[in-house]
Amino acid sequence: MTTLRHAAAIARKDLRSEFRTKESINSTLSFSVVILLLFSFAFDPSPDMIVEFGGGLLWMVFAFAGALIVNRSFARELPNDCIDVLVSSPASGASLFLGKAVAAFVLLFGIECICLPVFGIFYNITWWRSLGGLMGVLALGTWALACAGTFFSALTMNLRLRELMLPMLLYPMLIPALLSAMMLTNTLLTGQPIPSDFTVWLRILIGFNIMFTTLSLYLAETILVR
Amino acid sequence: MSAPAVAAAGVWKYFGDYPALCDVRFDLDAGECLALLGRNGAGKTTLLRILGGLSGASKGEVRIDGGEVRASGTRARIGWLGHSIGLYDELTARENLRTFGALYGVPPATVTDWLERVSLAHVADSPVREYSRGMRQRLAVARAFLHGPRLLLLDEPFTSLDDKAIALLQSLLAAARTEGATIILSTHQLREAMELASKVALLDRGKLVHFGERTSEMVGDPGYLYRTYGSAA
Repeated sequence: MTTLRHAAAIARKDLRSEFRTKESINSTLSFSVVILLLFSFAFDPSPDMIVEFGGGLLWMVFAFAGALIVNRSFARELPNDCIDVLVSSPASGASLFLGKAVAAFVLLFGIECICLPVFGIFYNITWWRSLGGLMGVLALGTWALACAGTFFSALTMNLRLRELMLPMLLYPMLIPALLSAMMLTNTLLTGQPIPSDFTVWLRILIGFNIMFTTLSLYLAETILVR
Repeated sequence: MSAPAVAAAGVWKYFGDYPALCDVRFDLDAGECLALLGRNGAGKTTLLRILGGLSGASKGEVRIDGGEVRASGTRARIGWLGHSIGLYDELTARENLRTFGALYGVPPATVTDWLERVSLAHVADSPVREYSRGMRQRLAVARAFLHGPRLLLLDEPFTSLDDKAIALLQSLLAAARTEGATIILSTHQLREAMELASKVALLDRGKLVHFGERTSEMVGDPGYLYRTYGSAA
């Protein structure tokens, strides 16, 4: 219970900081919308083509946007050595990690919810036909991004080249989650429910989230206390 | 017999092959104030970070009131004031103190009290980035004292403080000692340190070359300790 209370305080603080400075929100949102716009002009895709590569396009945009957001997760604590105050507080490494991952999730999920209608307009696609399923897959994929991203953000916090190192470490690790989210999103964009032979992708995505969340919570203390 | 407030038993810290701390041992009872002295690079900050649970010892052990330093209950009793202020520039003073207060279970009324004690109540809802250096330092002091810590770890707390902030910090530290809090402060400002300290420790290249009571010679001549204990002089 205490862990959750501490995590909520950290998440609130991160969200408040971000909404005040808009450092990540502005760059991520403009990046995402521009990529969606450019691709719509570059390919001028037919509706059949969109169903085939729409999921891939969306998750490519979300993956890059996610890196921009999680990069700030622990970097935000470096000015004025705020990380020292957090680590010396009664909040455990796990609660610091959880709070930051939740804040990154909320920010990224918000960006995705803005991007979806933009995607629908630029690519002339009725994306809301399986809204519940699509939101579920988005939430699972976004948690994978936020959780793994926050973990590597903590790991690379003190590196001089952290902006370079974070994507290099994060993207290879995210391949199973991104692949699953992409396959499921492709199906859901057709308006059909997830077919039985596609549930393996759902299991991979859920398994990735369980594994990475558990591992990150377990290792957070070791990473933060050096 | 109760456990010492702070017990360092054979603490070593290596950075690569370089020993930043070599077999540091001392006990400190509750209510004492230790001035941790030494030149730049002597290991003062490294030792304070280990005592505060920010860094692990390579060898040896630190116990606070007999408990593990990384135990949540132990950390709730520690107040940390490092080189930097440890505050978020984009948040207001009130938001900063409420955020840290939430981690220690401090009620919002206590935050308001502290803003008044450090004379920042009138700018409590302005972002910290708009504060002068002295105001930021006073807020950092409030942040470190907010939860009524039983052990205060202060890394060069008087550096770059204005007169008002030095007087405030000294009065808060004196009040904390009266209430039984233990204080460890590293500093180069010997005169201020000697006024507060009951014990004095001198680190030289990672080794604790002196640990003992503050004496009248040290108060009269703050440079005495450096001259007496060899290579640190």
